Amino acid sequence: MSHKTTPDICFVQGNEACVRGALYAGLRFFAGYPITPSTEIAEHLAEQLPRAGGRFIQMEDEIASMCAVCGASLAGAKAMTATSGPGFSLKQEAIGYAVMTEIPCVVVNVQRAGPSTGLATKVAQGDVNQARWGTHGDHSIVVLTASSVQDVFNVTIEAFNIAETYRTPVILLFDEVVGHMREKLVIPPEGEIPVVQRLRTEVKPGVNYHPYLPREDGRLPMSDFGGAHRYNVTGLYHDIWGFPTENPEQVDKLIHHLVDKLENRAEKLALWKEYYVEDAEHLLISYGSSARSARHLVETRRAKGDRIGLLELQTLWPFPAQLVREKTAKAKNIFMVEMNMGQVLAQVKQVVQRPDRVFLVNSMDGQMVTPADIGKIMRVVEGRGF
Amino acid sequence: MSVNNYIRERFFPHLWCPGCGHGTILNALLRTVESLGIDKSNMCMVSGIGCSARISGYVDFHSMHSMHGRALACATGIKMIKPELNVVVPMGDGDAMAIGGNHFIHACRRNIDMVAIIMNNRIYGMTGGQYSPLSGSGILATTAPYRSIDREFDATQLAMGAGATFVARTTAFHVKEIGSLLKKAFEHKGFSVVEVLTQCPTYFGRKNKFGGPVQMLEWYRDNTAPLGSKKLEENSDLIPRGVFRQVDAPEYCAEYAKIVEKAHKE
Amino acid sequence: MDPVSIRAQWCKGCGICVAFCPKKALRLENEKAVHNPELCILCGMCELYCPDLAVTVDKSQKKPQATREVANES
Repeated sequence: MSHKTTPDICFVQGNEACVRGALYAGLRFFAGYPITPSTEIAEHLAEQLPRAGGRFIQMEDEIASMCAVCGASLAGAKAMTATSGPGFSLKQEAIGYAVMTEIPCVVVNVQRAGPSTGLATKVAQGDVNQARWGTHGDHSIVVLTASSVQDVFNVTIEAFNIAETYRTPVILLFDEVVGHMREKLVIPPEGEIPVVQRLRTEVKPGVNYHPYLPREDGRLPMSDFGGAHRYNVTGLYHDIWGFPTENPEQVDKLIHHLVDKLENRAEKLALWKEYYVEDAEHLLISYGSSARSARHLVETRRAKGDRIGLLELQTLWPFPAQLVREKTAKAKNIFMVEMNMGQVLAQVKQVVQRPDRVFLVNSMDGQMVTPADIGKIMRVVEGRGF
Repeated sequence: MSVNNYIRERFFPHLWCPGCGHGTILNALLRTVESLGIDKSNMCMVSGIGCSARISGYVDFHSMHSMHGRALACATGIKMIKPELNVVVPMGDGDAMAIGGNHFIHACRRNIDMVAIIMNNRIYGMTGGQYSPLSGSGILATTAPYRSIDREFDATQLAMGAGATFVARTTAFHVKEIGSLLKKAFEHKGFSVVEVLTQCPTYFGRKNKFGGPVQMLEWYRDNTAPLGSKKLEENSDLIPRGVFRQVDAPEYCAEYAKIVEKAHKE
Repeated sequence: MDPVSIRAQWCKGCGICVAFCPKKALRLENEKAVHNPELCILCGMCELYCPDLAVTVDKSQKKPQATREVANES
């Protein structure tokens, strides 16, 4: 294949940008099931993955797709699945399996309005807590968002890098508007954006390989299924060889390892964008497509001289508490702009100095939260009426 | 002895109850792999959850103890990335036919090259003896204290209806037959289903007064007959054993390799 | 040396090998299978039946007259 030195510029949907990002990151396996509004990801990969020497499969259901991703990743391929609302619910079992067995993988959830079938073609951001706590049992997980087509591309690459570095599922929590809107996408030449390759063990065949013995830097070198080392993988609590154990000491060690490897790196995993935060009296916090409305308002008001800023969170989980604490320190009022009943709001309130000065601006009707919606709430808070 | 080369000896004695047929199936499987001369590093076992699923911990293969009912879906991902691996997927009857039923029929339909073994003891053993979709009506179980009213179905018929290209049945009594059918299944290119009727003396046997493991095996001896046998012809109440179907059909991974080729050309 | 060795630690005493030995060369003692080489024809069925993988039959010691096979395929 020829190595291009100039960027590829195209005009694509967010869902296609996700596909391009995944391929840039070295995706080699995708399993999925049709569901609105994420289906385009499967459609594009059905066409593009075999060209990249990868494998695409449409499984019998959402559950099977996530399971196949687990299997393919163990066999050595960078693997991903994509879904929306109801499908995300069905994938939780195998996401938990990937957490427990430390299988690197990426799960895209292009959010639509729930609960249940909800509004299949309308935007919402109601799966924030499900992305964090959807699977049973204590655990940690990484959840990333994006508000533009370009960011979808970049964040998708980052998702693979994090998944491979920390051997964890990473959730890409997009939404219907981000997934379906078309914008300019610049794809840099290969090598310009760093891509993390899977760390494979250097232990020689015939020597004892411990699939679950973390190195000093916390990373666990892998060995592909079918490779030199035969080992066991189980969703039960397991020892360093991957065999089931109920030994309280080992159980305790494993759960702490699973949680700490991400929670202790919350600041390192924090991705964000900021606009005029430094001197902002009114600070908006948002993510995903609602951050676009927030940004529009911020730019308009700034032009008029208002001290208003925006903190756009790209990492939702582990929640970047330190970042939010720092960025909100000087703000008089904080407006959380999201399309749910306040799922990130609850986190923000926990970490800011004045939780009583945090206000929710949301929309729950399947329509975008607009700059006007934000403006109205701000007027009320400022005592200027509705 | 050579079969011991294929197991993880440190985990023996295994956790199955005395007289559980699962161990006999493991025994036959190991001998089959040995007789075929397959390198352990070319063997991959994926199991689900339940008594049967614990089999993957005992074999010195690449082993994935996955989720309840999901073994075939996980195995599909592995096989697509590593088509050269010999993938074997042992499942319990609840694992394969209830919670994993959807994955089962679609693995049959795709004709992906792997060996699915249904270790059918007609009960959920790990959870203490609840009735399974293969228990059949009139069976006593902890969740059927007044006897089950649920009808069972025939796993081999389902497999054939769904398009599996190799389908066979035997029992834990017919130990040589398990070996010979598994050998054929491994040699078959496509999705192979081998149902092994096996005994759960602890829950199914005791609850239904079937006696111990020996009596349960005798029941399989006396109530089954080979396909095409006179015995079966004369008594249609007997459960048929043997190869129900063996046909050639395009195998999934081989077909996907063609897609890759096609995509490169276009 | 007895060509049939039984790993007592693995044997759970289920009695399957005892019941289906065509020569009744096995018995249970203290819930473990015990083998009597005098009666054995080295057919190897116990090795195949054993759910505990506890039985090993060394067929290299097979006597020429001991050819009886159990009709297991039928």
